[in-house]
Amino acid sequence: MPEPLLQLEQVEARYGPVKALHGISLTVGQGEIVAVLGANGAGKTTTLRAISGTVRRSGGEIVFAGHRISRRPPEAVARLGVAHVPEGRGTLTELSVRENLRLGAYVRRDRAGIREDERRVHSYFPWLEQRGGQSAGTLSGGEQQMLALARALMSRPRLVLLDEPSLGLAPMVVTEIFRIVRELNEREGLAVLVVEQNAMLALEASARAYVLEVGKVAVEGPSAELRRNDSVRRSYLGY
Amino acid sequence: MLLAFDWTELAQQVVVGLASGGVWATLALALVLIYRSTGVVNFAQGEMAMFSTFIAWSLVHHGFSYWAAFSLTIAISFLGGVAVERVVIRPVEDAPMLTVVIVTLGLFFVVNGAARWIWSPETRGLPNAFSTRPIDVGGVAFSIQDLGTIAVSLGAVGLLWLFFRFTKLGLASRAAAVNREASRLLGVRVSWMLALGWGLAAAMGAVSGMLTAPALASFDQNLMQPVLLYAFAGAVLGGIDSPFGAVVGSLILGVLVNLIGTYVDWVGTELRLPVALAVILGVLLIRPAGLFGKPTARRV
Repeated sequence: MPEPLLQLEQVEARYGPVKALHGISLTVGQGEIVAVLGANGAGKTTTLRAISGTVRRSGGEIVFAGHRISRRPPEAVARLGVAHVPEGRGTLTELSVRENLRLGAYVRRDRAGIREDERRVHSYFPWLEQRGGQSAGTLSGGEQQMLALARALMSRPRLVLLDEPSLGLAPMVVTEIFRIVRELNEREGLAVLVVEQNAMLALEASARAYVLEVGKVAVEGPSAELRRNDSVRRSYLGY
Repeated sequence: MLLAFDWTELAQQVVVGLASGGVWATLALALVLIYRSTGVVNFAQGEMAMFSTFIAWSLVHHGFSYWAAFSLTIAISFLGGVAVERVVIRPVEDAPMLTVVIVTLGLFFVVNGAARWIWSPETRGLPNAFSTRPIDVGGVAFSIQDLGTIAVSLGAVGLLWLFFRFTKLGLASRAAAVNREASRLLGVRVSWMLALGWGLAAAMGAVSGMLTAPALASFDQNLMQPVLLYAFAGAVLGGIDSPFGAVVGSLILGVLVNLIGTYVDWVGTELRLPVALAVILGVLLIRPAGLFGKPTARRV
């Protein structure tokens, strides 16, 4: 496994009195795509929220690139280079496409680098440039998902957290999004932690995967192995 | 009767209406700023503006010129607005809407009480910001004061627009108003954006107060209460979630109220406030989102 970029050690999280994570441990290596699978309510989304700081973490340790981030608020975690594309995509609906992208680079100061990344993002998503003035709320679901990914890239992140990128999207759009994610990973060494209902897709795109059950890691291992694992196949792949 | 209609007077009355509408627009914009970021109407906005006006009065009283006092008061009000948000609103940031509304109501009484405690009840006035001479425009005599008031209030509105439209900080505060969590994930310090909004709202309120006071022979701590009602009516007319709507709505209301007051005998000067209230009621019944607001659908 490559050098760890993100490490979760026995992380617990709760919504009010309800405990959602019962001690999750996982790692994401530099330049690695890691998938988190599991049924509804298993704690997949909460795991991402615990990392980015949008849920109350009640125990354990999270280390990102040498920084302990277990107690840091979301804006501080974002500033360290973690880009969380949340459930529902976090589209800033009333702002234009261009303004959404610009906010992706909000924490950066290097103007030249930002302009360069703008070009880079436009090369992955050419339509973003032509429709920069359009209000982001008028985009289709698939377009909003791509905008969210593009916006995340604008922060020049070291790790992207993707929450259910396929949710509610047409199969073709989903394939396209995963193709771009893999391309980003291969070409630029972007590390990705992706939560996905579509286990087949996630296991194809990722190097390693974790299967969560009621707030705990039930199975973990290389994705290729998990695809052959009988219980994973029965529960999540359906064959 | 119709033939003898005095177009000069109509033009003059429209300008008078725009002047009051402009003043209301600055306060209406303050209301909209806070409504968009926190989802509540700040009932204390008028009292905060009154407090600012008293600060301006004190500065003038200590020898500052009107415009020096004007600029200084805007700066003080901005800082005061930020402080109010940090101290009073921050603790209830995530509380239910009603809680925040009650807090702003409480703030109304605290600010009003503080102003009464600091400044004794005596007649006081602010000097005229503009020459009281009339000026001839196309054969019609307008008051320089009215035209100046329109210019200053629209100038303040324009500066605010430039800030939100063209600066990074302005963009971030718009983002924070649309989606708090998504903005935090982008590294925006949303909590400070709320404070910034309160500061800007207080500064806009200060402008409205300092433009209201000089036109009056004397003023007291109730100075801004009618203005708040007019501003609220203007904001509702234009759409409480639309900054553009609040400005246009206030200007329309200003002209409307003034023309009705001038040409409908039984309304006169006494019944203008009820006209504004009738506008609120009418808008809420016919088009609750206002002229420029977005109608919202909610699933139940």
